[in-house]
Amino acid sequence: MTQISRRDWMGLLARAPTHRLAALMPAEPDAAFLRPPEIGTVMVRGRIGATGSAFNLGEMTVTRCTLQIASGQVGHAHVQGRDRDHARRAAVVDALMQTESASDVHAGILTPLAQEEAQRRSLRAAKAAATRVEFFTLVRGEDK
Amino acid sequence: MYVAVKGGERAIDNAHAFLAEERRGDPAIPELGTAQIREQLRLSVNRVMAEGSLYDPDLAALGIKQSRGDLIEAVFLIRAYRTTLPRFGASRPVDTGKMTCTRRISATFKDAPGGQILGPTFDYTHRLLDFKLLADGQTPPAAATAPANESPLPHITGFLDRDGLIQPETGNAETPPDLTREPMELPAPRALRLQALTRGDEGFILSLAYSTQRGYGRTHAFVGELRIGTVAVEMEIPELGFAVEVGEIELTECETVNQFTGSKTEPPQFTRGYGLTFGQTERKAIAMSLVDRALRWRELGEDDTGAPAQDEEFVLMHADNVQATGFLEHIKLPHYVDFQSELELIRKLRTEAIAARTEAAE
Repeated sequence: MTQISRRDWMGLLARAPTHRLAALMPAEPDAAFLRPPEIGTVMVRGRIGATGSAFNLGEMTVTRCTLQIASGQVGHAHVQGRDRDHARRAAVVDALMQTESASDVHAGILTPLAQEEAQRRSLRAAKAAATRVEFFTLVRGEDK
Repeated sequence: MYVAVKGGERAIDNAHAFLAEERRGDPAIPELGTAQIREQLRLSVNRVMAEGSLYDPDLAALGIKQSRGDLIEAVFLIRAYRTTLPRFGASRPVDTGKMTCTRRISATFKDAPGGQILGPTFDYTHRLLDFKLLADGQTPPAAATAPANESPLPHITGFLDRDGLIQPETGNAETPPDLTREPMELPAPRALRLQALTRGDEGFILSLAYSTQRGYGRTHAFVGELRIGTVAVEMEIPELGFAVEVGEIELTECETVNQFTGSKTEPPQFTRGYGLTFGQTERKAIAMSLVDRALRWRELGEDDTGAPAQDEEFVLMHADNVQATGFLEHIKLPHYVDFQSELELIRKLRTEAIAARTEAAE
């Protein structure tokens, strides 16, 4: 099994399609909310001219959640969109990844999510690559 | 002065019920789902997200459905909803250099390193109505694929920058101003201008940009690079003490290469305009970069030619379509007391004028 950092699994869970995460988690352990799922926004920033100072581009919706599973681990999630179940499930996975069942959770949930994401990305990249063009400049009559 | 009126509750309720019925249209026609809007009217969704200043395709689709396709009304609904949400924080500035591009073109370098990728574009279509789309249920054949290099594509202006041919774009780590939190003060720094432009009305920004091309504040813009694709959004989470990705969004970025400046001490250099917008919204991003460049006349030591696109107050105070439509449309609401006083005034003036004329004639 390859290693995955907490930062990476949290990002993967944040980007995961809600229905896929739900399908991969038919059962959940009991958990107590330290912060029930809450919908809010994050101000997305860009950089002037791509490399300069920051500016405020606009907000995006994000749902966050913090909970504690029975074995004591605290799970945390900030996920894109407004789906409270998504945030709760992501927080549960985050907590479980800190337990002894981490390798099962990794294999059963994170690996399929990562593979599906990689497939979606490479299919889109392959479609874009098929539209790569070579432009030629032609000598026009009046330029002779 | 606006004086409130009372009454009309039943008429208003009935008008809203009538609106709901008209929104639905002919019940014999299947109802449009928000998922259909999100997937099949994606460029409308993108525009509502950009001008609503909130990236959430499902909400934008709902706004479009509720507003019967009136995109400015949909933007208004999104802005109103946004004010009900807490803000958890601000992201790290997104790194567009790491964008996964579905489109990337340059009008200045045909052999751009990384290549030119057309992506899903209307460019080079014939703009003929496609009557095949009138027929039901045709799923188009899958788009062609080709081996892709998934490494990030370098910014094309980076090559000019390396050779010192373009004004460098360096910054500081200051917290940028936010016009949704503090009233806009003029003169506005470039960061604030870009925030106002990216959420500004596409039609207004387009017309201003077009005016610069026609000579009102000309800046000789070339599209150095236009790229569309997805970027990761990262935010520091204080509880964790590190930054995590909270999602992934689609952006359009336009970098223009414009006429040079130079001085006794600095050799001539190209200058830049910048556009960055939510979603695939390239007309808006290109227009934004032209208007951004026109507004930079002061810092680049250019003349104020009096062109509208150079007038920061004119541009920034009129770019927001929610503000504009709010003030414009309020004049159709009851102004009976206002108008009554105007009516009395004009009657008095007329009586005086007629009396004066009669007196002169006598």
